[in-house]
Amino acid sequence: MRRVAIIGAAQTRFEARKASLAYNELVYGVVRELLDRTGISMREIESMVTASQDAYDGKTISSMAINEVVGAYLKSEAKVAADGLQALLYGAARILSGEFDLTLVVAHCKESEGQPSAITGLMFDPFLQRPLGLEELIAAALQARRYCRRRGVRPEDVAFVAAKAHCQALKNPYAQRAGAFTVEDVLASPILADPIHELEAAPRSDGACAVLLASEWRACQLTDRPVYIVGIGNCTDAYWTERDLAEARALQEAARRAYAMAGISDPAREIDVVELSARYAHEELMAIEALGLHTSPVEFITQDRAPFINPSGGPLCGNPPTVSGLVRVVEAYWQLRGEAGERQVLGARTALAHGAGGICGQNQTVVILRRA
Amino acid sequence: MPRRVAIIATGQTKHAARRLDVNIRELITEAVTRALQDADLRMRDIDAVLLGNMEPFEGFLFPELWAVEGWGGYMKPSVKFNTGGTVGTTTAIAAYYYVASGIYDVVMAIGFEKQSEGHTQTAITTVGDPVWERSVMAGAIGNFAVMATTYMHESGVTEEQAAKAAVKARRNACLNEYAHLQMPDITVEDVLKSEMLAYPVKRLDMCPQSDGAVAVIFAEESKAQKLAPRPAWVRAVATAHEQQYMGDSPKRLAEMRSLVAASRRAYQAAGITNPRKELDVAEIYEVASFAELAMYENLGFCDRGEGGKLIDAGVTALTGELPVNPSGGVMSTNPIGATALIRVAEAALQIMGKAGGRQVEGARTALATGYGGNAWTDVIILSRERP
Amino acid sequence: MSEESPTLRIDFLLDTEYQYAVGQYGMRFFTGLRDHARFMGVRCPECGRVYIPPRPVCGICYRELQEWIEVGPEGTIVGWTVVRIPFIDPMTGEQRPVPYGFALIRLDGASTSLYHFLDEADERKIRVGQRVRAIFREKREGSLRDVLYFHLLEG
Repeated sequence: MRRVAIIGAAQTRFEARKASLAYNELVYGVVRELLDRTGISMREIESMVTASQDAYDGKTISSMAINEVVGAYLKSEAKVAADGLQALLYGAARILSGEFDLTLVVAHCKESEGQPSAITGLMFDPFLQRPLGLEELIAAALQARRYCRRRGVRPEDVAFVAAKAHCQALKNPYAQRAGAFTVEDVLASPILADPIHELEAAPRSDGACAVLLASEWRACQLTDRPVYIVGIGNCTDAYWTERDLAEARALQEAARRAYAMAGISDPAREIDVVELSARYAHEELMAIEALGLHTSPVEFITQDRAPFINPSGGPLCGNPPTVSGLVRVVEAYWQLRGEAGERQVLGARTALAHGAGGICGQNQTVVILRRA
Repeated sequence: MPRRVAIIATGQTKHAARRLDVNIRELITEAVTRALQDADLRMRDIDAVLLGNMEPFEGFLFPELWAVEGWGGYMKPSVKFNTGGTVGTTTAIAAYYYVASGIYDVVMAIGFEKQSEGHTQTAITTVGDPVWERSVMAGAIGNFAVMATTYMHESGVTEEQAAKAAVKARRNACLNEYAHLQMPDITVEDVLKSEMLAYPVKRLDMCPQSDGAVAVIFAEESKAQKLAPRPAWVRAVATAHEQQYMGDSPKRLAEMRSLVAASRRAYQAAGITNPRKELDVAEIYEVASFAELAMYENLGFCDRGEGGKLIDAGVTALTGELPVNPSGGVMSTNPIGATALIRVAEAALQIMGKAGGRQVEGARTALATGYGGNAWTDVIILSRERP
Repeated sequence: MSEESPTLRIDFLLDTEYQYAVGQYGMRFFTGLRDHARFMGVRCPECGRVYIPPRPVCGICYRELQEWIEVGPEGTIVGWTVVRIPFIDPMTGEQRPVPYGFALIRLDGASTSLYHFLDEADERKIRVGQRVRAIFREKREGSLRDVLYFHLLEG
């Protein structure tokens, strides 16, 4: 099979409220930065895949507001109403089809403009669950409780994940929330929905990011340090009330497919950097197991095992929905190019980017990236 | 060269104003079951599922994930698209690229909408830009009517000529067991006398709102040849966008920049120089009578200003030189998330020789379009000959 | 299931608020409208098109737009209708009285058009190409509703 390269990436700073920017301005800013960094003109880019959600944007066909600024006039653009990493997958498929050599992938969200609790409530079964006033956080709390009990994970262990993330984010200039928090600080933060504390849940964020994909031959013309997409996997689980929430079968399956494609047999040894879309701290522990990095995730994180998880700080430090999975690729790309500044993981050759969508991660995506 | 890709099966629900007998999950199952039966497949033969839906019409976020049992998606790759009127063709084109890429061999594209379950006017109003368009809006019909007067001014097309397109649609629909509005006795007079909604658009000029779902299965070359006696090969796909706001297009229907660009790109890729002669049938996303005539011109079926004459001459009738919308089109059936994919399914049925009473004899090359959002366009060309 | 069997439905009221950012280009446009009853557009340095609404980039040339120029307040009707079906006004939640004239208007000096209302609701009196002029509210707040409607000019 042909290969797809990533030849550029950009992201905005994540903030609680970018009040001065309309959607087209937010997205134009990040696309402009990508073009400036890569020196590629919009005329050369033939195809675009975007990710956004109508419910967050308060606009039917949310992509209408940004088609022009992503350069789609008379060109081929499509919008996935899913996590941004799904947009990357479709962009890769477009390149692999042989029809396009350059494809721009963009994701945006401004959580500040709507009412996130009400919006995530729209994911719930209209007959049995919406009358109860559920939202994503409540389902995540039920999952956290069940997973921790099943696996003997203590509240301190989950809090450790959150503390680590916020310390790491001190090195990330794009992070929205960072701090030298301790386990005690995390456990002292308000409980949002028992057992989830405020610092164990992703904050509400505004932001956007963009990635430029190229066919292998075009990438070689445009950069001497391309990063290749060498494995992809996606998998859909059953609806949240129709599966065991302590398990992450869809993530296991998505990882299995991505590893097979990338020829990875021992992920803990072969992967250097992992960027996880863990929007709640317990999800990081679940993912470490599901990705086959370690059978005891608590031991893994407390003993500082490799690979390095979330050098960016991860979603707990800023997480515009739908941008979440794609910005993992932005960070992984910088890590593999040695451009991650203070948070650089030395000698990183192979990275894993993870994205999730739906209640309790019903749809899971895994992408393996490798530097040339 | 991309891998060759073909459509090997299709399935549709009975489309209707209100499918109160089923919920969203069950509605999707109806279409998926028929598509699988069409090619004697089971869900395990499907590598991935792509879904198209306009969830604001149902007031949902990720309705497809709630409905996953209805489309057999457990432990399968899937992704959802939402691009307005084009969503069905966006999904079909994505299915094409995914199979052409080699990532998956067999992909099912699904479109669904239960418009009866939400507030359609609200969802359409919020298509307008919240700051620039929503405060001075007159709904989809008001917006469309403004385009229609521009088109009448530029082309000289008449209300009677537009009404003929509306009559053709509802009569053709009588030959389609899945169609929503079937009106065997409708006349041009009926259309002209129907309630004036916003000049020049009368009630019978417009598409209805429907509940419905459709599933279309795409496969790579060797599987397509094994699984379908007469697959519909994808010859070309193309997408073109407009600028950001509704008033950006200088002449709207009279000069549809995105439809011109996308269709010419697709014709070129398929080696078509004279679409009226070289296409055997077209299933276009016409939304309303006036739009159908304008699209004839923009698709190059006739010269500028000749759309009205084309329908007068019966060229696009079921028995004409280039039948347009034998299925009854969008004016007969419009479950938004499914509508454009129904165009693709109907074009494929024509190539496969499975279109029943609406079959165009000997159809070898078919066109399907999607149109939506801020006047953007998808075009797909299918053929009996392997490309 | 037979067609006649009674069906149950669950009613669900979706009521969520949004606070849309007007953005930097919008701020400049709407403050001009509010404070000076003026329409401000932006010109593309490459193709010369003048855009209303103003925006960060020309979609055709992909050039950043920074040159502001005044357009209107007179313009030409590009397309029009008289709306006779009930329509709930998204800003007020109330039904707008019908019939009313509604048009796509190309302001003088602009390359693109804006939707707005007309002060005429007789189909026989409106045509494409007709000249119109914006009628502003006395008390303006910074929205397109600061323009009451467009008035048909003679000839």
